[in-house]
This record gives sequence, structure tokens and C-alpha cells, in this order.
Amino acid sequence: MKILVAVKRVIDYNVQVRVKEDGTGVVTDNVKMSTNPPDDNAVEEAVKIKESGKAKEIVAVTVGEEKAQETVRKALAVGADRGVHIKVDGIIEPLAVSKILQKIVEKEKPDLVFMGKQAIDDDCNQTGQMLSALMNWPQATFASKIEIKENKLEVIREVDEGLETIEVNIPAVVTCDLRLNEPRYASLPNIMKAKKKPIEQINASDLGVDTKQRIEQIKVEEPPKRKAGIKVANVAELVQKLKNEAKVI
Amino acid sequence: MSREVMEYDVVIVGGGPSGLTTAIKIKQLDANLNVCLLEKASEIGAHILSGNVFETRALDELIPNWKDLNAPVKTKVNKEKFLFLGKSKSLNWPTWLLPSVQKNHNNYIISLANLCRWLAEQAEALGVEIFPGFPASEILYNEDGSVKGIATQDMGLDKEGNKKDSYEQGMELHAKVTVFAEGCRGHLGKKLIEKFELDKGKDPQQYGIGFKEIWEIKEENHHEGLVMHTAGWPLDNKTYGGSFVYHAENKQVFLGYVIGLDYKNPYLSPFDEFQRFKTHPSIKSIIEGGKRISYGARALIEGGLQSLPKMHMPGALLIGCDAGTLNMPKIKGSHTAMKSGIIAAETIVESLKENKNLSIYEDKFKKSWVYKELHAARNVKPSFSWGLVLGIIFTGIDQILFRGKLPFTLKHKHADHETLKPANVMPKIDYPKPDNVITFDKTSSVYLTGTNHTENQPVHLQLKDKDLPIKYTLEKFAEPAQRYCPVGVYEIQNENNLEKFVINSQNCIHCKTCDIKEPSQNITWVTPEGGGGPKYGNM
Repeated sequence: MKILVAVKRVIDYNVQVRVKEDGTGVVTDNVKMSTNPPDDNAVEEAVKIKESGKAKEIVAVTVGEEKAQETVRKALAVGADRGVHIKVDGIIEPLAVSKILQKIVEKEKPDLVFMGKQAIDDDCNQTGQMLSALMNWPQATFASKIEIKENKLEVIREVDEGLETIEVNIPAVVTCDLRLNEPRYASLPNIMKAKKKPIEQINASDLGVDTKQRIEQIKVEEPPKRKAGIKVANVAELVQKLKNEAKVI
Repeated sequence: MSREVMEYDVVIVGGGPSGLTTAIKIKQLDANLNVCLLEKASEIGAHILSGNVFETRALDELIPNWKDLNAPVKTKVNKEKFLFLGKSKSLNWPTWLLPSVQKNHNNYIISLANLCRWLAEQAEALGVEIFPGFPASEILYNEDGSVKGIATQDMGLDKEGNKKDSYEQGMELHAKVTVFAEGCRGHLGKKLIEKFELDKGKDPQQYGIGFKEIWEIKEENHHEGLVMHTAGWPLDNKTYGGSFVYHAENKQVFLGYVIGLDYKNPYLSPFDEFQRFKTHPSIKSIIEGGKRISYGARALIEGGLQSLPKMHMPGALLIGCDAGTLNMPKIKGSHTAMKSGIIAAETIVESLKENKNLSIYEDKFKKSWVYKELHAARNVKPSFSWGLVLGIIFTGIDQILFRGKLPFTLKHKHADHETLKPANVMPKIDYPKPDNVITFDKTSSVYLTGTNHTENQPVHLQLKDKDLPIKYTLEKFAEPAQRYCPVGVYEIQNENNLEKFVINSQNCIHCKTCDIKEPSQNITWVTPEGGGGPKYGNM
């Protein structure tokens, strides 16, 4: 079995994101970037499956600017076998990413495609679903447990109501939840080995995919600051304030 | 279980200016040497914090065409100011009356973190292997007692030290020469100084704590290239310290405060002094209407030549601020750290080629300009132990009239952890509450540092005696850790009328102040899991 894992380069989750003064986006200069956290879970799961002997090859793929390669390199350092970097500059929307991934899936012919359930920068939560539609493959989203059974996957999904267990046929697209596993650390020797693993670079324009933006971004602004709370003396005062001031009861 | 081993010609601990310079210079001198550099931060630059007004002398020597290579050294200093602050007034000190070491017209306002990122690119292009996210946690020795290399930290241990699923064993890096360039109060450097008695016959080391905030300010208040320093308020005459205000590019101002850690009053809170300083009319008017976008703090090393330990030992060198090459009256350590790295590289290449002892470092260092600089600067910091006014008068005589050539050397008398007076004889200090516009609390400040440590890991701030904080330090010194820590790692909590010493180690920004100032030296800073700590941008 062959697994394709898609990873995305995003602003590190510890960084306090700042809106650009002119409202055209968020500041990314001098900001620490990392792999989108649930994508790390996706890589980890693929590596675990390979370690269990159920997969032969893991290909890590990313779509983005030159430096997005770092996320592929990181995937290679924890166990992916080779990488593909589709180069494209500027904002690229989930639909375009899905169409690019479709081309790569058609070329690589993996049995499974793994990726994070959503990216922490735009929170779109669309790429996996759209890719599955484009490929006409089943999808298992928000996976918190994956079990391979013959030509099927049993997946436990984290849904609002609790946990849902589903079965999908392989090939399939799986999007991973943070609870799926605990991503490992890359060891020094593995980081060194990863430097020698191949990463194929492809220009998005050579894939014949239209990556034009379809959504016009009008303005980016910070959410309004939360007002400081007040202390109430007793329950009666709280009820009175909820009723008359907040008007919620 | 034995650890995996990798062999190098040279292993460098720390990706700051001195370590990166060493790596680059070695490769320039002998491209065949294998050089590996470890950095505890998640990426190069993420733990670097500095003013910084940069003197290019060492960079000119290292990479003469740095301008063509687009080094992030762009904003030339074009105006200078020095203010003495009173509570609400300020006295503008004429710049011609400043000693020449404090003149900056050939220097640049830079982000040292960005310079380090750039240096790392140069180093990698020369074939240096750089590994961020890997703290060196242990020194390894050969049977003859010489340094053999280092071991990296085990990753994926829980609070009690048990292995988690993600456990990854640390590994040993062996080298012909190991270079320690951890910056001020490096935790391995501290051990080396003790083991090899590198500080024998030297004065006790002196430290300061430096704060820095980056503000994006209104265009009309911004003067790119302006460098301003202040002394005086809010500190009293007896406390050593001062501020810097550097107008950098993109409407940013680098605003900072440095306080000598030899302060005496345990109630003094360096963080709150810095916050209060910003409310002075001549400072507030600059940042008003602007926005604070970064915060950070780091200890700096101020002892100078009198406290500078021997920088070589069998199998290893100790360089930059890990040893203490900062030039205090210049308020600069980057160029001297880099020069100490250049000398380290020359020493290593020569010693490997001609089988010479690393002690040739000493002679090379003594013949260099960095030694001359530090020699001329040596009497300034100790003179301030007489107070600000006498310190300034003496410094005027020493630096302007005699250009640092007075025929005597003043001594540093005490280590910083010895200077606190008991709380019951010192006045409490009432600091104003933050207004969340100009001044802030520690919680909202640490948020800006992007600091994180994996929660379930061994505490990296270790107590030699866990009962001491409550039994002794609280009683005698009102537990100053609550105040000297710039991010509120240490708290005294009261639970059921029992006082408890709490260590919020996940907030630690690796400044090392606690390791320095704790009156009984009860706190030891060790490396946390790799990649932890702050994620500074252009600090």
C-alpha cells in the first residue's frame, strides 16, 4: 500500500498572530512557521501504518512557496520516504489545492491520502472533502482512530455528538484529528538522512490547474477586544444583571 | 542503553552570533572540516534578544561583502540622544560630552535575531550542519578529563521522567574540539567554569537583566536611525541601569531597559521598573498611539575583563557571552562575541593542522582588538558601584580624559546573588497598576513571546533544596524570584493557609536571571525539551 500525506506550512501555533496595519492580511515577516499541527498527526499515522508492515511507501506533498519545502523535509525526517513540492506563490485556496492534489494523486496512484482535518491559518476544513469529491473516492473526516481491514478502513470520527465509527473502501481520503496519535520527534540522524531524501519540485502552472483566487478578500481586522468583566456580590445581582443588562434570560 | 554516536571535527553549542561566526570562519579556513552546530530554539534566532545597535567591525572581517549578500544590517544610525531622567523632567546631555565608546554614528540599528538567521544561511551554504531544536544537555569527557563532546537532550519524557510514546533518546556528538557558545550564563558553560576552574583568580561575574519591547509607533513620532539612551529615573542613584530607544525600520521602535543584577532591595521588580519607565513624559510621547508587538527579556553579562574566565580548556573553547566578552560602556556584545568566534575558528584550525594546544587561544585573544576594547572599558562598570553620579564622573575622567588608560583596575567585589539585603531592612516598592495601553502585566507580556514548553515534561528549573524558598528565602528576602523573573514563572501561592512555591516552568523565556540572582543559588536552569521556550521574531 502507498500513502500520500499532504502537509501545509502555517504560522506556528504559539505565535500571536498580528493583522497587517493596512488590513490586507496577517504579518508573516519574521514569524516562526511550522507544519500545520493536524498534518503532523497525518504523517505520524502514515508512518505507524508503514511500521506495522501494512504500507510500503509514504509520499509527503505540499503546495506553496519555496520555503514550504521545510514541511516536507520534516515529514521525511519522521519517516516519509520521498517528497513532492508543488511550487506556487501567494494565497492559494482549498479548491485549487484540491485540484493540484488530484493531479498528484492521479500520477502517484496512492491507496490512501491523509491530511490534517483543517489548517490552523484559514480554518477552511475543505481540502480533504473536495479532493475526495474530485477523485470520487470515499472520505473519512476528523479521524481519531484508523484501522486497516483488508480493502477497507474502519475510522472513528470525532463529531459534535461524540464518536462515530464508519467503514470506507480503499482508496480513500482521510482527514486527521489531533487526537489520532502523538506525533514523534525527529531524531538528529533521521534529520540528516532526510536531507538526502529526494523532493520532486513541480511548478503549479505546469499541472494545468487554475489557481486563481475565487474569493475576494475585502479586509482583515482583529476581533474586537473583550471588555473587562465585573464581579457581582451575590446570585440575585447576577440574575438581575443577566436579565436587565445582558438580556439573556 | 548506550546512545547513538556521531563524530565531527567541531561541535558548536549555540546558534548566536559567536557560535555562527565560529562555524563560518572554520569553513572559510578549511572547508574539509566537519562542523555541526546545535541550537535549543525551534529555529535559529528564536531565542535571540538584543538591543541592538551593531558595530560592523567583526562582520567586516568575517564577510567583507555582507552588503552585497543582503545582510539585514540596513538602518544606519543618523542621530543620537542621551537623556538624564528625573521623575517628570529630562536633561538632554550634549552628545559631544559622551565618551567616544558611546558614539554610534558608524553603527546600525538591527535585529540580532534576523542577523543570526542570515548568518545561519551563510553557514549552511558553506556546509555547516545546523540543527535547531536540539539542546546540548550534557558534557561528555574523555578518560584524560578533556572534553569529548556533548549529548543532546532526551525528548518525550513525562514530568516524572518516564518515557512517553513520543520518546526519542538523545545522542552523543563527539568532536575534536567542542565550542560552547550558549550566551550569557550558559548552563554547560557554568559547569565547565566550575570543573576547569576557569574563573580562578578572577573577580565574580556581573550580570544584568535586559528587557525589550518592539512598538509600532505613529509616523510623526518615528525617526528612523535615531538612537536614544537614558539613565536615572525610575531607578535610584544606587541601582545600575538605563534604557535604550532605537528607531528601526518599518515604523518600529526597539524599546528596552537594562538593570544590573547587583541590586540590593529584594522588593525591586525589574519588570515593573521597565514598565514604569515607559510612563515618563519623554518616553510616553514617543510610543503613545502606537502598539506593542513584541516583548522579551534576557540576562546579559557585564563583568568585562576582570571577570572574564579563561576561554580554553582541554578539548573545548568557551566564547562570546558564555564567557563574557560584552563591552559594558559600549552596551554592545555582538561584535566582541563575533570576534571571539573568529579567534576560536583560527585557533581550532591551527591546532588541528599543527597539532597545537588550544591554549594558543589566549595569546591570539590578547593580541586582538577585542582585548584592547575590553581593557579600555574595564573600569566603567565597577565605578557604578559607587552610585550613578560618582560613576558618571569617574567614567567621564576614565573614558574621555584617559581613554580607558588609567593605571589601575577596579574590582567587582560581590557576585550578584550576594547583594540582596534582608527584606525587613529594605523599603517596599509600590508599583503602579498597568494601564494596558503603555504599561502591561507579566501575563499579557509573556503571551507576546510565543513561549511554550510541552506541558508534560520534567521541570527544567531545578531546586537544590525544595523547601528553601518557603522556609528561608520567603522569610528573609520576601522570595524575590516572584519579582526578578520577567514572566512570572515563580509564584507564592497560599493554599489552606500553607504557603507554596510554584514554578510555572512552561512560561520560562530562558533568560537565566533566576539561576544568577537566587540568593542561595538554589535554582539551577537546565535545558528543557528541544524547541521549547520563546519564539522571538525580529528581537
